[in-house]
Amino acid sequence: MMSIAVLSSDCDPAPVVSGSKIRDLSHEAGDGKKTLTNGTPNSIGPWVEELVAIRDLRDETAFVRVFEHFGPRVKAFLMKAGMDAALAEECAQEALVTVWNKSHLYDASRASPSTWIFTIARNKKIDVLRKQKRPEPEDLVWGPEAEPEQEDIIGLQQESEHLGRALRDLPSKQRDLIEKAYFGELSHSEIAEQTGLPLGTIKSRIRLALERLRHQMK
Amino acid sequence: MIAMTIKHHLPDELLMAYSAGELSEAVNLILATHISLCDDCRAALAGYDAVGGAVLDTCDTVQMSASSLNSVLELIHAQDRIEHKKEFRVSASDRTLPEPLAGYVGGDLDSVRWRPVGMGVKQAILPTSSEATARLLYIPAGTAIPDHSHSGLELTLVLQGAFQDDDGYFGRGDIEVASENLHHTPVADISEDCICLAVTDAPLKFKGWMPRMAQPFLGI
Repeated sequence: MMSIAVLSSDCDPAPVVSGSKIRDLSHEAGDGKKTLTNGTPNSIGPWVEELVAIRDLRDETAFVRVFEHFGPRVKAFLMKAGMDAALAEECAQEALVTVWNKSHLYDASRASPSTWIFTIARNKKIDVLRKQKRPEPEDLVWGPEAEPEQEDIIGLQQESEHLGRALRDLPSKQRDLIEKAYFGELSHSEIAEQTGLPLGTIKSRIRLALERLRHQMK
Repeated sequence: MIAMTIKHHLPDELLMAYSAGELSEAVNLILATHISLCDDCRAALAGYDAVGGAVLDTCDTVQMSASSLNSVLELIHAQDRIEHKKEFRVSASDRTLPEPLAGYVGGDLDSVRWRPVGMGVKQAILPTSSEATARLLYIPAGTAIPDHSHSGLELTLVLQGAFQDDDGYFGRGDIEVASENLHHTPVADISEDCICLAVTDAPLKFKGWMPRMAQPFLGI
């Protein structure tokens, strides 16, 4: 099962077409001083500007901030998925290198930074623990004019934040169930048995996010 | 863009498990192939990936080792000479086999190495990990696949033509998720030979004597 051309290599994130430069829509307010602060709460969405700075400017300072925030989360995620600390450390490092190397694939109108980095960590997990590449869906064919609209970027990023909040607001029992599913502690039939009913708010959030994505894909 | 004629979609639990990375390679392959043809499920998957992102956000943290940042910076300096080429691809609608599947076959339909299994039916088993089996099936127009049930999961995705069974009519892009112990006899539509991708994670059980004879040959 070697060298299958379309399989992701180097734990590619879900393929997204590289977008346009969106720097011009950041930091229009304020005293004109350009600062990238962690999470940048008053702009497009947490970590978007850092990823865009990495993508378009190869900004190492932004990368260090992303590393310091996401590295420990990716490591924890991989340990919960079953890796020991040393292996999780190594894989988390590789995942963050992938963030740098594949930043041209990041499109803020299609995924929040957390979502995109999650897909990288997830693919790393499959690669290392299952010794498999993950077959990825064929990418959409976008026209040359497919520059993401500012409105789509902001909308997607806001939806992602709403979704995150909805997840945090769930009763802990339900939240645990979802986390277990993503940490690989539930099989798909167990997900079907256990998460069918209590997903409530999460499901409606997913639906809203979907409507937006569907609209964009038209 | 592909016309939105798909009526049979993936259930939420499979999309969530695919997003979480908890499925076997063969199941991943059929899901990726369906999603390549189905914008609804593509969007739904993006929703589940967003849940994964939210889980990562709220996850505990484990401190990285002291030398971690330096090692990573060294790596990105070493690798930053790579040029990113923009890739151009053929649209899925121009081919019978969407990209993830074409990768396993080594091309489009004319690259499939079919083996006859009787009654005009042909199959090609694809090289995936052994937890589940992925096979392409070629079913002549109007032919019925013997009545069978299964103890595990059976997923069938139509790539060309159509088939009909108790669950309904399945055309290109439609995926049938057969529930456990469902007995069904899919019949290929009369208008065209039917080509499907079928994935099973446990051996099929055929009713009757003849199909059981064929089972070793089908490799299922």
